[in-house]
Amino acid sequence: MKKKLITSLLGAALCLTPHVGAAPVKVGMITTLSGGGSGLGVDVRDGFMLAVKTANRSDLEVIVEDDARKPALAVQIADKMIQKEKVDILTGIIWSNLAMAVVPSTVNQGVLYLSPNAGPSALAGQGCHKNYFNVAWQNDNLHEAMGNYANSADHKNSFILAPNYPAGKDALTGYKRLYKGNLAGEIYTKLGQKDYAAEIAQIRASGADSVYIFLPGGMGIAFMKQYSQAGMTTPIMGPAFSFDQGILKAVGKAALGVRNSSQWNKDIDNAANKVFVADFEAAYGRLPSLYASQGYDTANLILSAMDSADINDQDAFRAALKSAQFDSVRGDFRFGNNQHPIQDIYVREVVMEGDVLTNKIIGVGLKDHQDAYAANCSL
Amino acid sequence: MDVILLLEQLLNGLQLGIMLFLIAAGLTLIFGVMGLINLAHGSLYMIGAFACAAVATWSGSFWLGLMASLTFAAAAGALIEVVIMRRLYHREHLDQVLATFALILICSEGTRWLFGSFPLYLDVPDIFYGAVNLFGVLQYSRYRLFIIVIGLFTALCIYLLINKTRIGMRIRAGAADRQMTAALGINISLLYTLVFALGAALAGFSGALVGSIQSVEVGMGEPVLILAFVVVVIGGIGSIRGALVGALLVGMVDTLGRGYLPQILQLLLDPVFANTLGAALSSIAIYLLMIVILVFKPKGLFPAHG
Repeated sequence: MKKKLITSLLGAALCLTPHVGAAPVKVGMITTLSGGGSGLGVDVRDGFMLAVKTANRSDLEVIVEDDARKPALAVQIADKMIQKEKVDILTGIIWSNLAMAVVPSTVNQGVLYLSPNAGPSALAGQGCHKNYFNVAWQNDNLHEAMGNYANSADHKNSFILAPNYPAGKDALTGYKRLYKGNLAGEIYTKLGQKDYAAEIAQIRASGADSVYIFLPGGMGIAFMKQYSQAGMTTPIMGPAFSFDQGILKAVGKAALGVRNSSQWNKDIDNAANKVFVADFEAAYGRLPSLYASQGYDTANLILSAMDSADINDQDAFRAALKSAQFDSVRGDFRFGNNQHPIQDIYVREVVMEGDVLTNKIIGVGLKDHQDAYAANCSL
Repeated sequence: MDVILLLEQLLNGLQLGIMLFLIAAGLTLIFGVMGLINLAHGSLYMIGAFACAAVATWSGSFWLGLMASLTFAAAAGALIEVVIMRRLYHREHLDQVLATFALILICSEGTRWLFGSFPLYLDVPDIFYGAVNLFGVLQYSRYRLFIIVIGLFTALCIYLLINKTRIGMRIRAGAADRQMTAALGINISLLYTLVFALGAALAGFSGALVGSIQSVEVGMGEPVLILAFVVVVIGGIGSIRGALVGALLVGMVDTLGRGYLPQILQLLLDPVFANTLGAALSSIAIYLLMIVILVFKPKGLFPAHG
């Protein structure tokens, strides 16, 4: 079940740009590659490795291992990578509960951690750390953007729904932070629930003018199909996680027209993004997802820091990371004091392009947005 | 308005119950006849869903997909029985659990290897899309009505097969006394392979039916396995009738709990707290039900073996 992939680029002779004197950087990636939810980890890995292969540098080594979405396994792999493999940087974790199990001890051992996905609030406020960088978002961000969008779309009576676990509560808290209308109802469902007949009946009876859901993975697929099969037409909103490229095909036409928030989309107009989307499709034969874009950005951030600093001078390397001198595929990108992104969050709509379901940007949900916890961080 | 909602929720409860029965029937059949704990039931459920999704996408016909789910799951079941299970009948339950647990891992990774990590597309056929108007006031999903009909029909078929046919008689005889049945000249090995394949086909069939309104992905079988065990334990392990009653009970309690517990608690408690407590209670309601039933009926509602 464990998959080990070692990329050591020995083509040093072919390397055109010499990096005089800089020590090689060893990156350990722990991500979910098997079992439920492995699509996300595969995308982060593929995006990351695409950037690494494109850079083709002899002084960057990446080790990838599968955490099978199990916190205990992730901790074990992290220990092994830090103590035996002596990695300089860890990255790759998808889920917030795994991140909370791995990140604090990693950064306290003097190893850098760059998150390509999970952004739990506990690591953004008082729990921030000089060795912890989040290259994706703080967990609340996409939900906040959608709450803000709901105001401008004139939704005044939202029904909101999320699974009963910490990220679900963060999601609805995030939505309510900026949303100004009334709530037609607020439901927490069981995590992993796949049948939503009872909830859909309540939504129908509530007279809501819009529905906001945070149901990642299979839960979202199930909800969307059942919602549309039941003949419901009240508009649905959500974060990108339930309407991303990897999932849309499984949801099918039920997803058409859904508005969702994301910090990235394949139609963002900048040179780096065009190259990324084209290269990703050429390399893997599918459209990239936001997870892939986050993996790609994470790798490019590391590469940019390697250009200006030596990994053995950790202060300089951290400063180089924090300056974020790389071309992010999402356009403008910089770090706030807590080393979480300050970025635009877009509103997208699910559309049909040819016979492929995908997303199109229709507006900006929040401009230059920083998370709500940054003020509590002492960095 | 509230009466309509209640009516809809009752119908939802019935439908969830029938869906659970479809999922649990194969599990309880295999245990009742063969005394075998088959943890790989969820994997057969997954195999059925994947077979249906793949064939439906390839051929464009949901019905062909449904046939494929039956065929592939039954074939997988027969293969598993002949290659692995046959060696485990005389062993302890722990050995059976270990072997079938290994099968879960093998099936999950095998499926991922074949189909990739991303969920597959499977939707209900167009004629079942949308809602019908019941009694002039209630909008109800056509496909869910279809599941109710199919579930009741399946229950009837299994009942007739076990109780009214010659092969059913042999199955019952085999369950009562394996050696005596073999001594009477009945090919008990073949019979067991048939029963296992039938149980697997039921699992695969339910995977296809349920997968088309939920999601078809690797790992979809494990949560379902837990639910199926709850149903089987409540109903009495090995009893088809018990599985039907248990499934309906679980479906009703779960649906009504999710629909009404938070509201009922709000009459008594602070709304925010009531909402949190209601959400927590409704997600454990079926397990509470199981505990209560086991306290009074330790062998379930309809114990199969006395």
